[in-house]
Formats: sequence, structure tokens, C-alpha cells
Amino acid sequence: MARDPGREIVPAVQKLRVQHAKRGPLRFTSHRDFQRAFERALKRAEVPMAYSAGFSPHPKISYANAAPTGVASEAEYVEIGVVEVCDPKKVLAALDRVLPPGLDVIDVVQANSPDFVARLEASHWKIELPGVAYAALEDAVTKFLAASEVLVERMTKSGLRTFDARNAVIRGVTESGSDCAILLVVVRHGVPAVRPDDVLVALTKVADLAVEIPARITRLAQGPILEDGWSVGDPFALDRIH
Amino acid sequence: MSVQSVFPQLEKLLPKVQKPVQYVGGELNAVVKPWDDVLVRWCLMYPDAYEVGIPNQGVQILYEVLNERADTLCERTYAVWPDLESLMREHKVPQFTVDAHRPIGAFDLFGVSFSTELGYTNMLNAIDLAGVPIHSIDRGDNDPIVVAGGHAAFNPEPIANFIDAAVLGDGEQAVLAITDIVAAFKKEGSPGGRNELLLRLAKSGVAYIPKFYDVEYLPDGRIRQVKVNEQGVPWRVAKHTVMNLDEWPYPKAPLVPIAESVHERMSVEIFRGCTRGCRFCQAGMITRPVRERSMTTIAEMVDNGLKKTGYEEIGLLSLSSADHSEIAELAKGLADRYENTQTSLSLPSTRVDAFNIDLANELSRNGRRSGLTFAPEGGSERIRRVINKQVSEEDLIRTVTAAYASGWRQVKLYFMVGLPTEEDEDVLQIAKLAHEVIKAGREASGRKDIKCTVSIGGFVPKPHTPFQWAAQLDHPTTDSRLYKLREAIRLDKEFGKAIGVRYHDGKPGIVEGILSRGDRRIGKVIEQVWRDGGRFDGWSEHFSFEKWMNAAQIALADEPVDVDWYTVRERELSEVLPWDHLDSGLDKEWLWDDWQDSLSDVEVDDCRWTPCFDCGVCDHMGTEIQVGPTNQVILPLPTFPSPVLQKAELENQVVVSGA
Repeated sequence: MARDPGREIVPAVQKLRVQHAKRGPLRFTSHRDFQRAFERALKRAEVPMAYSAGFSPHPKISYANAAPTGVASEAEYVEIGVVEVCDPKKVLAALDRVLPPGLDVIDVVQANSPDFVARLEASHWKIELPGVAYAALEDAVTKFLAASEVLVERMTKSGLRTFDARNAVIRGVTESGSDCAILLVVVRHGVPAVRPDDVLVALTKVADLAVEIPARITRLAQGPILEDGWSVGDPFALDRIH
Repeated sequence: MSVQSVFPQLEKLLPKVQKPVQYVGGELNAVVKPWDDVLVRWCLMYPDAYEVGIPNQGVQILYEVLNERADTLCERTYAVWPDLESLMREHKVPQFTVDAHRPIGAFDLFGVSFSTELGYTNMLNAIDLAGVPIHSIDRGDNDPIVVAGGHAAFNPEPIANFIDAAVLGDGEQAVLAITDIVAAFKKEGSPGGRNELLLRLAKSGVAYIPKFYDVEYLPDGRIRQVKVNEQGVPWRVAKHTVMNLDEWPYPKAPLVPIAESVHERMSVEIFRGCTRGCRFCQAGMITRPVRERSMTTIAEMVDNGLKKTGYEEIGLLSLSSADHSEIAELAKGLADRYENTQTSLSLPSTRVDAFNIDLANELSRNGRRSGLTFAPEGGSERIRRVINKQVSEEDLIRTVTAAYASGWRQVKLYFMVGLPTEEDEDVLQIAKLAHEVIKAGREASGRKDIKCTVSIGGFVPKPHTPFQWAAQLDHPTTDSRLYKLREAIRLDKEFGKAIGVRYHDGKPGIVEGILSRGDRRIGKVIEQVWRDGGRFDGWSEHFSFEKWMNAAQIALADEPVDVDWYTVRERELSEVLPWDHLDSGLDKEWLWDDWQDSLSDVEVDDCRWTPCFDCGVCDHMGTEIQVGPTNQVILPLPTFPSPVLQKAELENQVVVSGA
């Protein structure tokens, strides 16, 4: 069945980049769940979305590197196309108002630069490990960082894969929390992506670290790797320059 | 004393279960109130998985009606899947609400809405997981009052020992009346405890309280009588009917879940009740009379709901949506309003004869032609007269021809097998009908890729219908008729490949049968099944016929009755039915006459368009038919520029400086 041929296809005149968080109980939101919630929020916020052509039109939205279900994040990124020029600050306020608490909008900028996804070179993760002693974690991290390669296995869409979890980790720092030991890691993005739970598995392989699942994991930042070789920069930096 | 959230304990279990988001709440438009700010606390449950329960309109409406009261809070809970259940039992996490993760046992009232009897084991499981005794007799003053509602509450006898109360009919005013009684009781310091509160509820007539009624049986197993055992308690409890639906435009702020649900759309109920008089249809019998919402109220609810939810599809709900007196104007008015938006309309229940090409075109104006579903219910003209489904083969062919001609390529047809007086031949007529549908469709559309899906359910006789006395068809015969039908369609060389068949075997219908027309003795069967691990009986992957039959054998061993007695046995007029003391307004003699008429193929008309035929409801309940036309008009919505535009800032500044 052809769609009404009279339907007007309006091209996008502006792209907006959105940084949002996934906090608290809503960290259990899956990526698909978030997509649905976000699309409805755009409608409620009256953001003038551009739609794809075709039988079943979709709003122009691209999602980048979604954090796994159950993992909290302060740094998720989405790009949207709109058919009228919007004020990013108003979009930020309007979207944040209509999204449920826990799915919070942190920043919105107008896209002024190409290759945004390529700038998301690494993620900074905070992994809180309840019941793990600080000294044990420190020992494991030291051993892990000293190794040249630590192979881990994980079920992926293409079956069970074995890959190196060590090389992608460009920084690992330990801290002592109130009820837990804390691991801060910066992990370079690649294929297959090394996830924070892969790092945990790697730690238990190099040292006798008993990790009580579940760990509380938060992505603190995503962005370009800065000149020091381990800091994660602001991926919107180029968009903020007019 | 305030009540603690169980979320910190639950949070540790969630990474280990499937789809954890269904347990965290956070739905748009959900309400969380401070525990100590209110006097009365309700927890409502839809006794199925979250994805099925969250769209339920009944729960959403009552949730909002109750939360609008300053002295009341209302939260929701759903059945947890077995993976979480076993973790909750292991780690001693009680059944919780999704709103504020409060334990169910702390609430004053626990309301469970039953659209189907297959949720009974899930209710028992939730009560048990809450740490509340499953038998009402064992509950104390601090346990919640368990209230059953929904269509299955019109015969709550099978669950009479597990619930404290049942509410029949529309819940909006009933839950408020119950809340008033509970509030007054608590303000007085809860004198006389649980028994006194239940007595007050019973005496007010707002709810049926099973413990104040004793059931006596005859030696052959039939009921001798049902006797009131407390003074002042009515011998019969009547259903509630909300009149003037325009005054109850709920839900005003529909819940939008983050998790995916079975209905990804916003629903607006356009009328309640149905008087078409289909004899198998319990919903049509117990929701009389027809009460329409006016066009302008519907349009306001649609507009408001879309703004508050962001949904792209609107379902116009009722038992037979094309029967609204102004459905054409309504569909056109809404289609005009939302032209060139991504919003589409759907009518989930449409009658073959009320559907027409204009309506079809309005519904598909936004380009989406999702499948069309019609329900002829019976395969032959004769059986359709028996069930009073006044739809001719000609009507059906005309309607599907119109649908295929205007671009639909897929039509779904619903039928039932096992109807009273049915012979193999009546069921085989379904194959012939489907053949004619494809033939007419190919001619009308000039295409060969059109399809027709025949969907068949087993008929289960229901209380408060003319078929409440009928014998249910045994499951081997049901299965054999289904087999013969499938063979007939398979052997249709011309069109067989264009006809799909979807069906269930006859076994689940037998379980539904004992639960629908059961009495208090069936409670032991339900409990036995639950103790044997029975959960989610509405899901074919969880349902176990053997478990139910084994449980029935054990639980009914000392009784003169068995599964067949409840299902395949025809009843006499003189028999006391388990639900005779529950009043749907329908006159029992009228129901019996209608049952006799059905056996001689006599049809009955719809009282919306013909004089009253004395079913008894309006007279008895003090209600009346409320239908249009209102001749109201749906005006186009004014359009404003989006508030997030860059240029709007300048315009706004001009307005502000001039003000």
C-alpha cells in the first residue's frame, strides 16, 4: 500500500546533539526502551522532528554507543534532525521536563562539526564493588595493568568470542568508597567493544578477586582521548565553537 | 509508622532477571505520594505480567480516581515472572508496588482486577509473596483487605476463600465509596477490627463480602441455598453502573511505561455497555445499558492524552466501536484534526455490519492500513441465529469486499467453536465463508496477494448470560472439529493457501470453564494448582492442563462433583447457580427465555433501536440508555509554533514587553 502521495517530506534544517543521563532505577532501561521513551518525549516537548520518507516514516534520530542495560550513565549521546531552527537551551529544558526523572537531559548543542561518533573514542567508567576490600582491588588492578594481554570470553550476537580486555584499558585507578572499593577505568572503544564487566572478569582472572555481582557501574564520560593519552575530553567542544 | 521501600534489596536482584525495567516503575504520569500524608492506601494489581497489565484501562482509571483524593494514595503491582519470584523468595523480598516499591502487606486495600479467571493463581502468588495469608479467614487487622473487581468478579465464588470482598460493575464510584468507609473507620480508631470493617462494607451494599454468606449443598452436589449469616447484610449484592461518562473522563493522564507493552497506543473509551445481545458475550450482558461519551468529550480526551503521552496511535475503545451513534462524524473529525501528523486512529472492535467504506477511509487517511478484524463468531447462518449474532454472509462479503477494494490486503475473522447446538457442519461452514471472502476480495481488488486469517477460540459458557445453563463442549470434540476445519481449508485447492488458521486446542477452555461457572469448592483446585507451581495460566508456555486436572482430582476427591460436572453438564432452570446472589440486573427469567429462544433460532433485537424487551437491567438498576446523536462538532485545533524554536524567543519578548 503506497503512502498518501500528497504527504510532504520536509528536510531537516538543523541537527542537535543531546547528552543525557540514565540514573538510579531507570538504569535498567534497555536501549530499545530508551528509544521509545525518547521519541515520545520529543513529541510531548513539541520538538519539530524531521521524518524519513517511505511507508513507515521514522523521526531522524541517531543513537551512539548506548550503555548496557543495568549500567548507569552520565554521558549518553543522541543526534536529532529538526525541520525548523530550534534554540538548543529551550530544547534542553523542554525535553528534560517531559522525560521521567532518571532519564535526564544534561546538554544540547547545535551540530557544528562532522564525525561526531568518531570523536567518542573512549569511555570513563566508575565501577563500585560492594564487599570488595580496597587492597584486594588495588592488587588486582596492579597485576592487570602489568599484564600485556588478558583474554576474556563473552557471548556476543555472533557467538562466543575471546578477546583481549587489557589493551583497550588506558587508565585504571582505585579508590576507597564508604561500603565498597571503587575502580575508575578509561577504556578505548573498539571492536569488539570492551565493556566494564569484561574488565571485571579480567581482574578476577589475573588475581584472586572475589567480585560480588552486581557491581554498580556508571559511565562518567565519553569523548575524545586528550593529549595526555588517558583523559576523556568534551565531545561537544567543536560544536561549541561558532 | 512509615513504610520503607524494598528497592535497595530488589536492586541487587534486578541484574539477574529478564527485562528488569518492568519492575522499576518510573512510568510517565505515575504518582508517588508520601506514605504519612494520607489516611487510606490502596494497592491495585493486574494479575498478569507488567507488559500485559500496564495498558489495562480499568487499573489506570481507578489509579487516577483514587490518587486525586487528598486523603488517599494508590500504587500498582503486577505479577512477577518466575525468575524474579524465586530470587524474591530466596532473599525474602516481599511483593512490592512499582510506584514506590512499598510492600503490599502494608496497604489498607489490595484491589485485583480480573479481566479473565486465568489470573487467579497469580493473585494467590502475589498475596503469598507479600507475606499475607492466602485464606481471608487467617488474615488479621493489619493485613490488607483483598478486593476483587473486573468482569470475573461477577462470579467470585471460586476465589471466595481468598478474597475479602468483590466489587461488581464499574469501579469509579465504588472505589471512592469504599475509601470513604475505610477512612471513616480508621478515623474512629478502627473499632471492632477487620470484621467490623468488612461488615460495614457489606451493609453498605458497595461490595460483596463472601464470609457473610454460607453455601449449602444438596447430596448430588448442586447448591441447596446461599444464606446470609449476619444481620443487616443484603441477601443479594448489585453491580455498580456509572452514568454520564462525560463526567468521568479518565484516564486524564494515561500511564506511559518505559518498558514495551502489548498495546503501544493511547486508548479512549468511546462508550460503555453493549445491547447487541450476543448470547455468548458476558461483557455485553453485564455492562448494560449502553452509555456513550459525547464527541466533544472524546475529542478532548484524545487531544489531552496525546499531549500527555506522546503516543502516535489512538485506539477508540468499546465493546463494538463502530456502533457509536456518531462514529462517522467522530472518525472524520479526528482524522481531519490529525491530518499530516504521525497520529493514526484504530477501532479495535468493529462489527461487520456497522463497518462501512467511509469509516474505512477515515481510519486509513494517515496511510496506515493495519489489519482489519471482524467477528462473525459463528460459521453458519443457523448458528449465528442461535448466538444472536445478527450478521449475514451477505453483510460479511459486502464489508470485506469494501475493505479489499480500498486497499486492505489482510482481513482477520474471529469465530468460536463449541457453541450450543453446534454440529460439525456449522464449523465447516467457516471454511466455505473464508473461501467466499477470498473470492470476493480477489474480484474487488484485482490482486492475488490478498489474505484472510481465520482465528478460532473455544466457547466457554459464562455466568449472567443466556448460555449460563448450557453444556460446554468437551475438549476432544472441540479438537476434532478444529481438525476437520483445518483439513477442509487445506483441501481448498483454489484459495486454501490464502487462508491462514489460528486456533487453540480445547484444553485451556475446560479450565476456564471450571473457573467461570465454578463455586466455592473450586477454590481448593486453584490453591492446589498454585501449590504445584501453577502461574501465568493465560500463557500457553506456562499453562499446564495436566496440573489442573490432577489438582481437580485431588481437591474434589471427597465431593460428588468433578470437572465434567462443572463444564459439560447442562443446568436446569430450577438449579441454584453459584452467582444467583450476585445481581447483574438481568432478570433470570428473561435470561432463561432468551436461552430457550436461542434453541429455536429466535433472534432478539438491540434495544437502542427497538423498544425495550425487558432484560431487567434499567428497571432494576435505575439506569437508562445514553446515546447520541449530540450533533456536536469537532473543531480543528488551533496551531501554535513550537515553544522550542529559536525565533519564538523574539516574538515572546515582544509580547512580554507590551504587557
